[in-house]
Amino acid sequence: MFEPVLLKRTGLPRSETIGVYVENGGYQALRKALECSPAELIDLVKRSKLRGRGGAGFPAGLKWGFMPQGNADNCLCVNTDEGEPGTFKDRVLVEKDPHQVIEGVIIAAYAVGAQRAYVYIRGEFFLGVKRWIKAIADAHEHGYLGRNILGSDFSLDLTVHRGAGAYICGEETAMINSLEGRRGEPRLKPPYPAQAGYQGRPTLVHNVETLANVPHIVLRGAEWFASIGTEKSTGPKVFCVSGHVFRRGTYELPLGTPLREIIEEHAGGVPGGRRIKAVIPGGASTPLLTEDQLDVPMDFESLAAAGSALGTGAIVVMDERTCMVDVARRTARFFAHESCGKCAPCRLGSVAAWRILEGIEAGEGQEGDIERLYALCDGIAGHTFCPMGDAQVAPLRSALDRFGDEFRAHIAMGRCPNAA
Amino acid sequence: MAGTEPDRSRDDKRSMLLTALYVAQAQHGHLTHQAVQRVAERLDMDVTEVFQTATFYSMFRTEPVGRYLIQVCEGLSCHLAGGAEKLLEHLQKRLHIKVGETTRDGLFTLESVQCLAACGSSPAMRVNDTLYENLTMDQVDDILDELRGA
Ligand SMILES: Cc1cc2nc3c(=O)[nH]c(=O)nc-3n(C[C@H](O)[C@H](O)[C@H](O)COP(=O)(O)O)c2cc1C
Ligand code: FES
Repeated sequence: MFEPVLLKRTGLPRSETIGVYVENGGYQALRKALECSPAELIDLVKRSKLRGRGGAGFPAGLKWGFMPQGNADNCLCVNTDEGEPGTFKDRVLVEKDPHQVIEGVIIAAYAVGAQRAYVYIRGEFFLGVKRWIKAIADAHEHGYLGRNILGSDFSLDLTVHRGAGAYICGEETAMINSLEGRRGEPRLKPPYPAQAGYQGRPTLVHNVETLANVPHIVLRGAEWFASIGTEKSTGPKVFCVSGHVFRRGTYELPLGTPLREIIEEHAGGVPGGRRIKAVIPGGASTPLLTEDQLDVPMDFESLAAAGSALGTGAIVVMDERTCMVDVARRTARFFAHESCGKCAPCRLGSVAAWRILEGIEAGEGQEGDIERLYALCDGIAGHTFCPMGDAQVAPLRSALDRFGDEFRAHIAMGRCPNAA
Repeated sequence: MAGTEPDRSRDDKRSMLLTALYVAQAQHGHLTHQAVQRVAERLDMDVTEVFQTATFYSMFRTEPVGRYLIQVCEGLSCHLAGGAEKLLEHLQKRLHIKVGETTRDGLFTLESVQCLAACGSSPAMRVNDTLYENLTMDQVDDILDELRGA
């Protein structure tokens, strides 16, 4: 049995309080980190092979190394925007154990020489906002934040900014625009945030779960961390399981755990003994997998090889009764609604694809709709300003590729072929 | 520019925009023209610019909404788990309104949204600042009664 690392404390009563955190080993890593040099910490995180948990899986240590040394302007942003449908891990980490994330923030900030850090939290996360604010105040009071942290010459201020309902603000450059009080539209990269981010300052952006790993790496070492998971995808991962399973919820397991094990053993399998038709492995923007692919290990490399992606590790299970046109329609509706409107392929393409899918779902599908959907995929993917184009095409194209017959039957029959 | 510190006071003010808009919205439940104007003055910004930014975000509203804004998640995970549609139907029946409408007494507005990050605990809805998860219809009735009495 794998012993949870990140969710270890979440079952304790009042797990969100600083008292429970400190009683259970909290802020020990910070003491240890402040005795190391920033360069040693960057090297440690590099050797741990920790990769970003926000979706892209970029090596964290490498990103820390991109931050200019000795620049007093450096800052850090904590991405708590969690909006990818199917994903609910960052909310758990922040609501249940905010100090674990804060400790990770302080250590990361010290390593890259940032004296200011900002939490960007999804506007709808009211409890999360409260938890952040309370935890930050308590950390200040105990000397973990503010001037001369634990008597060192390192100082850090951490403030909370609320978003206001826009999925795209989870994208790091859109998030920076939003933090600056602007429309949350993505910026052209380069410059990358590490070069010029918030107010033009070099900015390290990390997902909540990525930062939550940092104290554990400091305390238990890079080798320990790298021994969990696979060669290239190291450490624990909080998987979110939803859809047609007995026990929906978060499960912390090593990266590389087979998808089948997560669904069947941890989440209790599919109710009614029904078969699995499709699985979204990493949130709404990752391509669908089918029943024959359930043995895929849940890590960055294996999922890429299977034609999908680890994304946020949000697993959505669909049983044999599921209508794939309906799945595609719902996903397309989400992206059409959340397109920021900055570029035409995304703004117009997302709505066009959604309309066609609504038509098929309503029994008004036309001959040529599938070709039109493929053409839209080609017109959107690779032609948008930010990765949102690829994000919306991935699930749609995979649904068309794998369930084309079902789409065709839907159009021919004017209704769902699965319905009795 | 070389050697001089860039003046960031205006930038710092602008960074407060979303916070200021939340405060402004709290007064009437939506952003009135006067409220937006005050925000613009305080932050040294153009009114149009404030409007353009505010309207980007779905949580800022320029039209009146009910005192209680109910958002039911109808996203994929909640739909698959079953219960999202039932919850929506139940609310429509109890409130005598359709999705997107406000009750005549101005108390409730009902909306459907795509994901509240409660995918593992549906049916889920948000009422103003509170997220409710694993809802039963009895609980929904209790919540509505409580809000009506409040
Ligand atoms: C459309 C879009 C939405 C995103 N949403 C989020 C999000 O909600 N949370 C998050 O941490 N990263 C999100 N990302 C990824 C961020 O851009 C960025 O890669 C990440 O925050 C970096 O942190 P990490 O290296 O710790 O993963 C999103 C990316 C895109 C393209
Ligand atoms: S799909 Fe309903 S909360 Fe995520």
